[in-house]
Amino acid sequence: MVVAVALAAGPVEAQSTPLRWGGDSEGGAPYIEADPQDPSRVQGFDVDIAELIAKELGRPAEFIQTAYASLDQSAARGDFDIALNGLEDTPARRATLAVTVPYYEFSEVLTVRAEDAQRFRSLEDLRGHRVATLGGTTAYELLLAAAREHGVVPISYDDDVHPYEDLLHARVDAVLLDNVIAERSMRRMPGLATQPEAIAVGHYVGILGPAQRQLRDRIDVILRAAMADGRLEAILRRWLVWNDRQPKLYERLAQGTYRAAPEVGESAGVVDSDSTGASRPSGQAMAWQYLPSLLSAAVTTLVLSCLSMAIAVGLGAVIATARVYGNRVLRALFTAYVEVIRGTPILLQLFVIYYGLASVVRLPAFIAALLGLGLNYAAYESEIYRGALLAVPRGQLEAARVLGLSNWQTLRLVRAPQAFRFALAPTTNDFVAMLKDSSLVSVLTVMELTKQTQIFATNLGSWVIPGALCAAMYLAMSLPLAQVARRLEARWSAPESL
Amino acid sequence: MSAPLEIDSLRVRRAEREILRGVSFSVASRSLVALMGLSGSGKSTLLRSVAALEPFDGGTIRVSDVELKPGVRWPPRPDPLRERVGMVFQFHCLFEHLSALDNVCLAPCYVRREPPSDVRARALALLDQLGVGQRAAARPRELSGGEAQRVAIARALAMDPPLLLLDEPTASLDPARRRSLGESLAQLAASGRALLVTSHDDDFVRDFASEVLILADGEVVERGAPREVLNAPRHDATRTLLRGLAR
Repeated sequence: MVVAVALAAGPVEAQSTPLRWGGDSEGGAPYIEADPQDPSRVQGFDVDIAELIAKELGRPAEFIQTAYASLDQSAARGDFDIALNGLEDTPARRATLAVTVPYYEFSEVLTVRAEDAQRFRSLEDLRGHRVATLGGTTAYELLLAAAREHGVVPISYDDDVHPYEDLLHARVDAVLLDNVIAERSMRRMPGLATQPEAIAVGHYVGILGPAQRQLRDRIDVILRAAMADGRLEAILRRWLVWNDRQPKLYERLAQGTYRAAPEVGESAGVVDSDSTGASRPSGQAMAWQYLPSLLSAAVTTLVLSCLSMAIAVGLGAVIATARVYGNRVLRALFTAYVEVIRGTPILLQLFVIYYGLASVVRLPAFIAALLGLGLNYAAYESEIYRGALLAVPRGQLEAARVLGLSNWQTLRLVRAPQAFRFALAPTTNDFVAMLKDSSLVSVLTVMELTKQTQIFATNLGSWVIPGALCAAMYLAMSLPLAQVARRLEARWSAPESL
Repeated sequence: MSAPLEIDSLRVRRAEREILRGVSFSVASRSLVALMGLSGSGKSTLLRSVAALEPFDGGTIRVSDVELKPGVRWPPRPDPLRERVGMVFQFHCLFEHLSALDNVCLAPCYVRREPPSDVRARALALLDQLGVGQRAAARPRELSGGEAQRVAIARALAMDPPLLLLDEPTASLDPARRRSLGESLAQLAASGRALLVTSHDDDFVRDFASEVLILADGEVVERGAPREVLNAPRHDATRTLLRGLAR
């Protein structure tokens, strides 16, 4: 059947190997979403465009689910032939990948709470206010520029739904994102208003591995044809994203006046986001530019890890003590706590604390991250300390009892100090793990080291320098920690101490 | 004035097995009473019952003016018993994380809440008296078996109890050190304390005990002056015990 269609379409050569195309269905409609009728299938305008291209190539389309943030790397690796997922035309992509002609022109628009519509009309109006967007996008770059120019506070999210939820919850005061996403969110959430003026314009393109220029050229021909005969318009209309920017884009493409990055963008007060990197410095210079933000993200990681670990150690000690000394009710309560925390993913726990509890208590992101990591690690620490308490020989406790020490004195003066030594090595181990697990809190918009590195890498189009810097910074934090632990252990086991 | 230790018809049962079946004796001040018997005869259980580390099932134990009741698993705190009896464990059980001196100071500082400087001075004097003053700063793991034994005795004496229990104090010592420990213990008895010591060492008992009790099958089968009992045993159990020790 597929072959028949392929033959009927009359492409140059019929191929039965599928066109593997990548995207992230978590991004949702109108780009790519799981079909509500049949969740094993996807639908959306990117899906329709992928199918149009596959049909013209005479190949069946095969969807490869890939995390949005990994699409560039996966395309470069060759995990699929092409990625289509509302991907922006950026200088970094042009530099490292094969990029198709743009198939959609979007505008970056500012969405605010309806009651603020008069107050916050532009980024200038948002001095000192928190403005959310999707991390690693042109919009985020625009916000960083606005932070320098107008003093807005950029907040990076891992997805494009939670920024709008947090806008309603007043955790942020505006969201800067593509008009497609803004319009979708406006439909879903009452109480939001999107400013009509575009802050910038950009274009969606398909991306392919750098060696796939031949295939890219064929896809360009297909896309241009679909623009000319109205098939692309039909798809975009079907998904309610058609507007009068599109015919103008097609016209420019047809006349050869579309300027891809890194050329200078449009004028008339609107910045062409494709050109935000017009005067791109070299990779090395970029690395220096990013060093301060990487360092500040490393400080966030370190402070967050230390404070979370303090919570974990304190609460862990309380839980361990209660489980060793407490009555049956207390023991059952804390055993349940430990089992629930250990048995569920930390990511889920972070989501529950930050988003799940938002209707009850609106915790700031950093506090939610701190609590999430601290409460989670407390369960693991408590098991270490419980084991350590039980490892103190009975004779030590009997000796304390015979001397007349109370239970509390025995714990404080005899049992805990000895248990502490047993617990030191595994606790250090967990501290090092915490440094790295703290990267999970980027889902709560905390800009820590790994997230900052990811943004850096996306803008640079390469992981080499950012990855090496990131690894060096994590090592710079964890190695001294291991050193301190080794010294403490050595001091306690040394014969000539005191 | 009651004796430091009076035991009357002491019974201990553990899971259907009768470990002690009506043991009665007392330990007066200025005496060193030795408890002998085969392994499993109930010597350690008896000491642990007196120290209230294990409950007992019948009879009475009176330590100075404190009477222990049968079936009590967790004695009250603060426990008046603790100032009236000290215990030295077979394997010392010194607090591993503290120096010898701090081991001795711990109870007076935290249980009696005496000023640390006084406690320290007295602890150093005690360690000196027991011949381990120069080891005050050492950690337990750095001490020899004999030194650890003496530090453990000093720790028990720091609370100045009239009664001192020692579980196999000579077990890990060479003959010369046994002799020197025996002399120290005899001195403690002579200075007014009551000592109850379990032992497998008949030479030690002959030379330093004022009385010996032979425990067999949970009962005292023979008692008296050590030389009389050990040189002319009248009970089979005593003879079996001595034959075992001679080998």
